[in-house]
Amino acid sequence: MARPKQSRTKAASALSRDQALHLYRQMLKIRLFEEQVNQLYLAAKMPGLAHLYIGEEAIAVGVCEALRRDDYITSTHRGHGHCLAKGASVDKMFAELLGKAPGYCRGKGGSMHIADQDTGNLGANAIVGGSAGIATGAAMSAKMRGSDQVAVCFFGEGALGQGLLYEVMNMASLWKLPVIYVCENNQYNEYTSYRETTAGEVAARAEAFGIHTETIEGQDIQLVHATSLTLVERARRGEGPAFLQCHTYRFYGHHVGDIDRSYYRSKQEEEEWKGKRDPLLLFAEWLQKSEMADRKLLDQIQNEIAMEIKEAADFAINASYPDLDEVSQDVYA
Amino acid sequence: MPAREITFSQAINEALAEEMRRDPRVFIIGEDVAEAGTPFKVLSGLVKEFGTKRVIDSPISEAGITGIGVGAAMTGLRPVVDIMFGDFITLTMDQLVNQAAKIHYMSGGKLKVPMVLRTTLGATRRSAAQHSQSLHAWLSHTPGLKVAVASTPHDAKGLLKSAIRDDNPVIFFEDKMMYQLKGAVPTEEYIIPLGVADVKRVGSDVTLVATSSMVHVALAAADTLQADGISAEVVDVRTTVPLDRQTIIESAKKTSRAIVIDEGYERYGVTAEIASVIADGAFYYLDAPVKRMGAMDVPVPFSPVLEDQTVPTAESVAKIAKMLCGKT
Repeated sequence: MARPKQSRTKAASALSRDQALHLYRQMLKIRLFEEQVNQLYLAAKMPGLAHLYIGEEAIAVGVCEALRRDDYITSTHRGHGHCLAKGASVDKMFAELLGKAPGYCRGKGGSMHIADQDTGNLGANAIVGGSAGIATGAAMSAKMRGSDQVAVCFFGEGALGQGLLYEVMNMASLWKLPVIYVCENNQYNEYTSYRETTAGEVAARAEAFGIHTETIEGQDIQLVHATSLTLVERARRGEGPAFLQCHTYRFYGHHVGDIDRSYYRSKQEEEEWKGKRDPLLLFAEWLQKSEMADRKLLDQIQNEIAMEIKEAADFAINASYPDLDEVSQDVYA
Repeated sequence: MPAREITFSQAINEALAEEMRRDPRVFIIGEDVAEAGTPFKVLSGLVKEFGTKRVIDSPISEAGITGIGVGAAMTGLRPVVDIMFGDFITLTMDQLVNQAAKIHYMSGGKLKVPMVLRTTLGATRRSAAQHSQSLHAWLSHTPGLKVAVASTPHDAKGLLKSAIRDDNPVIFFEDKMMYQLKGAVPTEEYIIPLGVADVKRVGSDVTLVATSSMVHVALAAADTLQADGISAEVVDVRTTVPLDRQTIIESAKKTSRAIVIDEGYERYGVTAEIASVIADGAFYYLDAPVKRMGAMDVPVPFSPVLEDQTVPTAESVAKIAKMLCGKT
């Protein structure tokens, strides 16, 4: 894979120690949450499937930490990371994944539809590219209401095949809407390499609409965060939409049941990403090198978050299912 | 209430203008909605009063503007999306069916989509297969959407105002052949709730349940039938979702015979749903099977002699009604 043009050191960080540790915690929370989700699946405690975000944590955290609580995001079927990064709590997340009453959507949405209006999360969306209109509409609404809110639309490179994305990018550019299209290019449209599905240059597609476009290494939390801050502030100032392509990798399968992946990608490729381009390992290294944390502190953080995850999962396992008559509630407002 | 005669088109225009004056959150987005006022001129003059920030000309991107409408509705505004021809809702289907319709439910009741999508239906305009369909059954099939099919200027105005104030996505179908139809509309403000049918003509021998322009077909048939000594009651459903089952069933019980008339395709259509409502709710009162009259199950043809055969007419309705009443 061609390395992104921008150098990884560009963002030479202005992060304070507190900020840096917060970013680390957020990424680790997503990692451990997702590992727990996989365990719940393997233990047959979770109905249905889940699409794990492991390997891509730096993008959700880097982008969402550049946002305010009242800014909007829309997410994808691989959305747990976005929801958590925007401020969702792990207990209500697990409860939703298990279809329980205290879940974010009272068990009606499940893994692929978590929405949390209190944190500006307009919902994960299981139609690939399906939320591009919603995010753009939220940005238009922010502009029309005279608020300075920004909307972020997360999607994978698979969504580059969907027409809706191009319709709304055209309008976002025409009307200078405060929306940022974040393309998480994890290289695989489900079980097919994006090279087989994507003609031309990804960035050129957004550039064709006159949209400010950046392509970066998505495994570098500092770079993602610094770039996002620039794009978010730009949008907030009324300078219009942006397109941010982040190169990344899905460490696990398309979903938890996708175990044998040898027919679409090599073990060697997976090992290379996991070994050399794991956003958590890279950032942990940097934290230690820059003396913001030592191994002991990182272990302590790991233990704290592991405990939080375990308690949240237990809470969800022990929570009640919704009442049966809720099935016909909330069809209409 | 004092009233004056205005057209269906003017009634729509007035409803939008009044709601836009009342509520700054309401805006219109669509193709050629501003200076052009749509190809049907339904929105003429609105841009003059409300400006291009609230009457927004969009690119030809039906899915995009519908999606933008959904997002704007979820975040505090009340968009009215204009889809020029009902046939083009095919292009909006993911945004309506998978997004707008489901967001409230999927979010456990937290998010809302107070959006109206106005579009058209109706054949016999010599517009051929891609500009003539009546696809309201498709949307009526989807839980989470409401669907209005007004038949008169009076109803159109009152229903559209309700639709704009509703917290759910409402698909508002207007028969493009009715835009110039005149009718009495009060000068005072009024609204008509969604989900309340209207008995447009009282009768005792047969019930004609109809939607949109088919209400006028039913009324004309009722005139013919009267000359033959048959008293037809005409029930205008006004909204297919919510459906006012009670009014329909009560009328069928009273007359013992029913014909359901709708301009959508007959197969798996609105007529099938309403006929089953009547069969279920009025079975012991019926003297004849419930008849259905929808559009022929063919792509709408261009040639006038062919097209005219595809939709119910006053003559065809009267014929079936006479048959039901044993007066062939």
